Amino acid sequence: MIYEVFRQERKGQPFQHAGSIEAADERFAEAYAREQYGRRGESVALWVVERGSIMRIDEFVDELNRNYHRVDGYPLKEKLKEARERAGTSRAPAGDR
Amino acid sequence: MPARAELLLEIADDELILGWRDSEWTGIAPFLEEDVAFSSIAQNEIGHARALYELAARELGTTADELAFDRQPDEYRCSGLVELRLPEWERTIARHVLYEQAEAERLARLKECGDAELAGLAAKIDREEAYHRLHAEMWHARLEGEPRYEAALEELRPLVEERNGHSPELQELWDVMTSVRRSQPAGTTW
Repeated sequence: MIYEVFRQERKGQPFQHAGSIEAADERFAEAYAREQYGRRGESVALWVVERGSIMRIDEFVDELNRNYHRVDGYPLKEKLKEARERAGTSRAPAGDR
Repeated sequence: MPARAELLLEIADDELILGWRDSEWTGIAPFLEEDVAFSSIAQNEIGHARALYELAARELGTTADELAFDRQPDEYRCSGLVELRLPEWERTIARHVLYEQAEAERLARLKECGDAELAGLAAKIDREEAYHRLHAEMWHARLEGEPRYEAALEELRPLVEERNGHSPELQELWDVMTSVRRSQPAGTTW
């Protein structure tokens, strides 16, 4: 069985994917996770979860390409340039970006 | 030799020789995760040996390296269990399980002994051995009842406390283990 391991580097920080291990059961998974991701003080906590228990979502429908739903939908640089041209100022003062 | 140094050498030799034997699985263990885990156990055992040799060396006025590598094979005090070359995984696991059981009892006794230095070191070693025991116990649970594993336990159990003489396999291990050190040109130091 494949187990996915997430580790927390310091208390309060988010858990991040560390890697995966192959193990016969949960006991082996615990031992191998400790060994590979916790032995050198690199983690304060681990999440070990069997891969089948993870819900994976990888289809995101966007038929009409509504890019204004996305953060990259607004190229702010272009809009700012246009606004400045209209206002007659070539550049914003430093520190005002 | 003082009794305390003798005891230290007995434990240190067990740890060093077992560490060597376990490290023979590095790169060829049954699967990658186990390779990492078992190699790390081997490395821990040699680390324990080093700490124990250092204690003994202070008492005997020598160094850990000299105790580990400059004695003759018949001077080693390790048990018959650890010196065998075991190229079969089930026999290796049987030895691991038997050793960890015996080691747990030995460390429990040492932690209670009147010698603060030795009791302190035993407590330190025991904190690492806890993970070795976890590893040994999970393998035991997995292999228990398998005929080859059960046979290996029966075969090896009498060797745990066997300390009268050595098998030829210790000599072979010694040849390899000390070859680099013995190749040192006269008058030089590492």
